[in-house]
Amino acid sequence: MTLAEKILSQKAGRKVEPGEFLLLEPDIALANDITAPLAIKKFKEYGGKKVKYPDRVVLVPDHFTPNKDIKSAMQVKMMREFAREQGIEKFFEIGRMGIEHVLLPEEGIVKSGDLVVGADSHTCTYGALGAFATGVGSTDIAGFYLIGKVWFRVPESIKVTLRGKFKDLVTAKDLVLKLISILGVDGANYKAIEFSGPGVKEISMDGRFTISNMAIEAGGKTGLFPVDEITIAYERERGIEVEEMYPDEDAKYVREVEMDLSELEPQVAYPFLPSNAKDVSEAEKERIKIDQAVIGSCTNGRIEDLRLAAQILKGRTVSPDVRCIIIPGSQKVYKQALKEGLIDIFIDAGCAVSTPTCGPCLGGHMGVLAEGEVAISTTNRNFVGRMGHPNSKVFLASPAVAAASAIKGYIADPRKL
Amino acid sequence: MVVKIKGKVFVFGDNVNTDEIIPARYLNTSDPQELAKYCMEDARPGFGRRDDIKGSIIVAGENFGCGSSREHAPVAIKAAGISCVIAKSFARIFFRNAINIGLPIVELKEADEFEEGDIAEVDLENGVVRNLTKGKEYRIRPYPEFLMKIMEAGGWLEYCLKEVGE
Repeated sequence: MTLAEKILSQKAGRKVEPGEFLLLEPDIALANDITAPLAIKKFKEYGGKKVKYPDRVVLVPDHFTPNKDIKSAMQVKMMREFAREQGIEKFFEIGRMGIEHVLLPEEGIVKSGDLVVGADSHTCTYGALGAFATGVGSTDIAGFYLIGKVWFRVPESIKVTLRGKFKDLVTAKDLVLKLISILGVDGANYKAIEFSGPGVKEISMDGRFTISNMAIEAGGKTGLFPVDEITIAYERERGIEVEEMYPDEDAKYVREVEMDLSELEPQVAYPFLPSNAKDVSEAEKERIKIDQAVIGSCTNGRIEDLRLAAQILKGRTVSPDVRCIIIPGSQKVYKQALKEGLIDIFIDAGCAVSTPTCGPCLGGHMGVLAEGEVAISTTNRNFVGRMGHPNSKVFLASPAVAAASAIKGYIADPRKL
Repeated sequence: MVVKIKGKVFVFGDNVNTDEIIPARYLNTSDPQELAKYCMEDARPGFGRRDDIKGSIIVAGENFGCGSSREHAPVAIKAAGISCVIAKSFARIFFRNAINIGLPIVELKEADEFEEGDIAEVDLENGVVRNLTKGKEYRIRPYPEFLMKIMEAGGWLEYCLKEVGE
């Protein structure tokens, strides 16, 4: 069995096959300030009085928070009141919240082997822990509130075998951008992506979260890593004991891809699809001027990402033509960055540092682009209008490339600074 | 479930994502009528405010609805009065959201044979799509039985309450 089949079989209490439909009770059901209000309204509309499993419900207001306008404030108010009325303890108020997919693993709320649904497409992030985690809609969440169940189709899997080691300043982000360019934006539609091979142990937990996070950008239902000694150590820090989990030798895959980490270069994904990746050395030749650099998000807002950005920005200054916005993914990440002196480095370099929020990634607030503006961003999507005006552009890259570009004022190779 | 749908076709391309279907700048509300006004806004500005889209059919290419999990996307389309979406393929979360809220969607490999303004007819019961303007007929693969049950109930929550509710 593949990892996806193993977890779903365990939850179903019998061996399941790809293509089967299942009704299962997830361990965790997540929603945010955009998707929860719709779920709450539906729950009430369909006669919901008492949430079936309040201890499995997680509510994180992270997209338009701290509230960007009155309407957003009303949305969060609805979530807050719902949490109080239903006795939902995992509602994360401003000051304690983080970007949901940084926060949940960090707090040990999601763990290896769990079945997790979230009304947020990047819920697939927890696949890094070896959890079957996938994005669903608000109606699915409302259904979970009502009856504690969600429907699933058991996915086929794509196996990605990793070998070698990353070269200096090449990261997990570069790996996943390259992978999406190989698979295409719908290459993994309805399927799970499963990572394996000797290269897996070369990738830290923070790196694995970045990779699993972007499985959805290839259409993937989730992006699963095996549970190995790195995962076990991460879980143990949170007081969680888990066992190793690998796919079976005879597991069946619909497609196999091999990638050598040592052959990768830093990548830049051009507008308007995450699959438009090019080597940064090629991109640099084009002298693409940028107006903004964003370093953060559920993709790259963890401590290793900030360390990498600080390594590049230390003792240098951001181009006077660029706004560089750095957003730690959670309060813990923020505090750790303060402790390590990273925030000093950022401020001395001329960066703005923000409280955790999804903000600019989806053109919400905290760095919306004007007409004709160009951003380099460590976020996950570069669709038309994603970060603001429909005639603005977003290039996706790693924290190293984003930081180097912020200094130069154009998309630049961090290895040549 | 509506089994026979007929309407004027509006054509869109490949990889129409949820940011184009309903941009995040309009997501500070979950009111369907508000969302409907900005339906397809960044794919075709002003589309949601046209008075000739009621009852019409969106026809698109591959991977329709990719990107965010925002159910606001199919909600906006449904509330704008679009009766059905035909596409070569759908992104997974959009697909389940549409099924869950009872928005008819049809996967059709030959979707690119439709042109703007053609009149399409979708017969869900018999698994047929027709281009009445061009006089063409296509067979469509029926939904898996489980999804058909959700569609027949009118959506996932209706199904929940009827079939599995305690």
